[in-house]
Amino acid sequence: MSQVFQNIVCKFCGCLCDDITIEVEDARIKKVKKACVSGRGYFLDYDPSDVKPMIDGQEVEWDEAIAAAVDILDRADSPLIYGLSSTSSEGQRKAAKLADRIGATIDSTSSVCHFPTSQAFQAVGEATCTLGEVKDRADLMVFWGCNPMIAHPRHFARYSANAKGMLTKNGRKDRTVVVVDVRPTKTSKLADHFLQIKPGTDYEVMTTLRALIHGKKIGKGVEGVDMQQVEQLADLMKSCRYGVTFFGMGLTMSPGRAYNIAELFTLVAELNKFTRFSAMPMRGHGNVAGADQVLAWLSGYPTAVSMACGVPKMGPGEFTSVDMLANKEADAALIIASNPAAHFPQAAVKHLKSIPSIHIAPAGECLPDIANVILPTACCGIDAPGTAYRMDNVPLRLQTVMPNIRPTDEEILSRIIKAVKQ
Amino acid sequence: MKNKYTLITGRTKKQTDGLHKGACSPDHVNATSFVEIGPDDMAQLEITEGQIIKLLSSAGIVELPVQAGDLPVGLLFMPMGPTANKLVGAETFGTGMPSFKGLQVEVEIV
Repeated sequence: MSQVFQNIVCKFCGCLCDDITIEVEDARIKKVKKACVSGRGYFLDYDPSDVKPMIDGQEVEWDEAIAAAVDILDRADSPLIYGLSSTSSEGQRKAAKLADRIGATIDSTSSVCHFPTSQAFQAVGEATCTLGEVKDRADLMVFWGCNPMIAHPRHFARYSANAKGMLTKNGRKDRTVVVVDVRPTKTSKLADHFLQIKPGTDYEVMTTLRALIHGKKIGKGVEGVDMQQVEQLADLMKSCRYGVTFFGMGLTMSPGRAYNIAELFTLVAELNKFTRFSAMPMRGHGNVAGADQVLAWLSGYPTAVSMACGVPKMGPGEFTSVDMLANKEADAALIIASNPAAHFPQAAVKHLKSIPSIHIAPAGECLPDIANVILPTACCGIDAPGTAYRMDNVPLRLQTVMPNIRPTDEEILSRIIKAVKQ
Repeated sequence: MKNKYTLITGRTKKQTDGLHKGACSPDHVNATSFVEIGPDDMAQLEITEGQIIKLLSSAGIVELPVQAGDLPVGLLFMPMGPTANKLVGAETFGTGMPSFKGLQVEVEIV
């Protein structure tokens, strides 16, 4: 007999769409309604079966696997805890506690997505808002260095360009959409205006916009950029009722990194002298925003935090995982709910493979080729409850649609915390 | 013959769909193992879609097929993933972020 669950949160991306309908039959998800293609796959491919943990590729009992994980952490002088973006905030909290207990460095997947945004936020602040405000009020949306039609497929429909809100009852007709990018994308094809810029010129274009909104005259402008379009964008930004800039890894991964974001935040702050304007990063993995939140509550810093000296220290380029691994600073690793093998440069992956490591993740996502100890857990938002933060830092409760057979990340981390040497 | 280009990596629909099957799954690896080149650069390089080329960076070398892309002259695109990461160096310039975008590469016809 099937059971139907409504208003379930999809944790695939930072949109955290909370209107999904799930039909469960014989302890498997059979139907998914309202989700995007990625969200449907996330639910339909999930296998909740009882899977045993492993040590060096051999199945073992849970007690033995946890003892092996504890042994790896006890022997390490410089352990790295990495990932966190697809676990619950309750699990993230336990990971931070473990880092504190053993003097580890803890770093989330933010370090290879929006850590430059956090650094910019620390430097110049951030004028931001919730997606509810965007839906109800925004009449100008600038998507800069991001492609939501691919990475966040329901963003337009639920929260931004096409959404119908309190002051935007006609949806798309009530909004002007601008895309700034280095190449045409599926998102730029839906925009009213597409400003195509040369790679690496984002900072210069933002500085030009800052000058223009303050009425200053520009000489030659930015090489390879249509200055008439830049002037038009400056006019749109000053004259809108409520503007918002969504930005992505086109800014955080390009030369300039945090400086690009700091310039964007400064532009947005200055626009508030003329109208209401906000900025919001397009966060990728389901609860990566939660990882920043939880680490910031507990340590004062969003990621790349070393607990080695007994007090938290943040170090971009030092305590960030790619640097910790490529510089051979980490001598053991605990990977939680993420896959650095697919997302890190080869030099970092090579060192990760050479040190003792533990992987805590839902069974199908475990990495037996990388980790010595595999601890296959339940998936929060499907068979484990928890909290996740949407890209606008609004926390949502994750419901379950079936009972968990495997333990949760939180339970496993609690057992490790109890057993490790302080 | 070697020619210098700027490489950016990013998400594609197939790459995103492949992620939930596992980032190291065949679906994800296949979806991330090609390079997009714009029409003007393809003409200048005298290459066609499906042809195997070699990309070289300071961090590594990959051989992979070409797909036609809507890209300006001098810019190449690869889906983010393990193949592109063979070209991305681990240098983060003190930021923690490797050069996943704006990477300088050379194209060699094989």
